[in-house]
Amino acid sequence: MALQEKYKSLIDAAAAQNISNLQVTEQGGVLHIDGTAPSGSAKDSLWTRYGEIDPNFSSGDLVLNINVTADATVTTAKVVTDSTNLNIRKGPGTDQPIVGKAAHGETITIVSRTNEQWWLVRSVDGEEGYAYSQYLSAE
Amino acid sequence: MKIIKLSVAAVITLSLALTGCAPKDADVQAAVQLKEVPGITVSVAAGVVTLSGTVADEAAKASAEEAAKGEKGVKSVVNNLMLPPPPPPAQTPVADVMDAMGSAVKDAVKDHPTVSASVADGVITLTGSIKKDKLPKLMMTISSLKPKRIDNKLTVN
Repeated sequence: MALQEKYKSLIDAAAAQNISNLQVTEQGGVLHIDGTAPSGSAKDSLWTRYGEIDPNFSSGDLVLNINVTADATVTTAKVVTDSTNLNIRKGPGTDQPIVGKAAHGETITIVSRTNEQWWLVRSVDGEEGYAYSQYLSAE
Repeated sequence: MKIIKLSVAAVITLSLALTGCAPKDADVQAAVQLKEVPGITVSVAAGVVTLSGTVADEAAKASAEEAAKGEKGVKSVVNNLMLPPPPPPAQTPVADVMDAMGSAVKDAVKDHPTVSASVADGVITLTGSIKKDKLPKLMMTISSLKPKRIDNKLTVN
């Protein structure tokens, strides 16, 4: 209960941001907040709130797992790496061989969202493979 | 000459008589083998059929025995058929989940060379250092792996 108290403003914000399937559970001294945000900015705002409560996310008493609704109509994504090319791999994992690359800032096709971490994509050169979704911004 | 002819005839008669009364073991073996499903080995000695091998279940074991008993010339059946050993206990899915989490964590920190991550019992421990602006994105990725807890021991600079 103390944890729900500590993160009350975050839980309230999640409710206010229309997070669907919102689940707040406490297990083994760790508060788990799960849900699906209607947009990337809603997710970011929750993380900003979390950062206000625990600036370095170092308390180890919260797992904030908020996904963003995958809009099936959105089939392209921009490569949002820092500056480098994005690897496109044969399978979903960094141990998989690289089959192609997408340039920073390039817009590529999302073939399917395999899981939260890896998306199956097609580059502008027609290479198909898996890319790490953290470096893709659906648009 | 007469004696030889007679004795040849006697031998032929005798062997015919023997075959007529009790089929040869080899013939019984062949006949029983035909009735049994593949995988069952049939051996016959003096009319006693021995079944060996492995069958799927008790019912198959019983029906194999019945089939052998029904064959002409079979005195008795020794049923040595075995059932397959019980399957080994299913691999604890926990281990698989941990492995999956381990490789997912590896993927997540790949582009953060100053960060090390380890997984133990569903708890992800982060050590090393990270730039402040990179921290939220890493934490978002780590959190999406559904760990039990995140032990963030990163030095933020």
